[in-house]
Amino acid sequence: MKRLLPQPGLSLLLIVMWLLLTNSLNLGQLLLGGLLGVAIPLLCRRFLLEVPPVRKPAKLVSFALLVLYDIVIANVHVARLVLGRRDRLRPAFVEVPIEIRDEFVLAVLSSVLSLTPGTVSAGLSPDHSRLLLHVLDLEDADDLVAQVKTRYEAPLLEIFECSPT
Amino acid sequence: MNIWIEIAVSALLLLGCSFALIGAIGLYRLPDFFTRLHGPTKATTLGVGSLIVASMLFFAGSEHRLSLHELLLAIFLFITAPVSAHMLARAALQQKVRLVERTRGQPREE
Repeated sequence: MKRLLPQPGLSLLLIVMWLLLTNSLNLGQLLLGGLLGVAIPLLCRRFLLEVPPVRKPAKLVSFALLVLYDIVIANVHVARLVLGRRDRLRPAFVEVPIEIRDEFVLAVLSSVLSLTPGTVSAGLSPDHSRLLLHVLDLEDADDLVAQVKTRYEAPLLEIFECSPT
Repeated sequence: MNIWIEIAVSALLLLGCSFALIGAIGLYRLPDFFTRLHGPTKATTLGVGSLIVASMLFFAGSEHRLSLHELLLAIFLFITAPVSAHMLARAALQQKVRLVERTRGQPREE
């Protein structure tokens, strides 16, 4: 079973995605989706990241809602900056020390940071201990680092079972 | 179709288009490569998001069925936009693309 389905969660996700893509729920599509759900993880298992178990599902939902809300806020914020005066922008690079060690969770964190508060993740130090962010309009670097750590990193560490070092 | 649904759909379409346009304007107006990355990763996600909600509302209102495959668009966009932005930013850092002079905290030379 473990050999045939290395990641049952991913397989389930693929089936759901297939059903959404075809927008139907008949037996044929369900079987085809099931086939894809088994085949794709098997074919890609060499470069799939190990997904750590979710420890607090309720927290995951509230984190997702927080991120959605922040995406809306960030969009309005960036829209105002884009339409505002160009010479008032204060672009900057900021390095954020990262406690997350798990590669998958780190990928989630940097994606969330790119989608949310006026930052784009631009690089990772070779030892994965610092994440380089480009900020469109930076007020205070320490504030930003603190915000990233408390608002996004801490919940992620709590949700996924991975020990901070 | 209910008039209120029509109004909501139109408002969402207009909102989505405006944000997509703002993202494009950002790509044109912002001063350097890295600041330009912010337009497509942010403003367009909300733009496409509004269009997706509008489409779901429209099909729910006109054909009385739940249309969910728009959600896939949102998922794919939310996965691909940050990844591509990250790759572009890394490539630009290695190429030492010109930055606006007032950019603070320039990354150290490696």
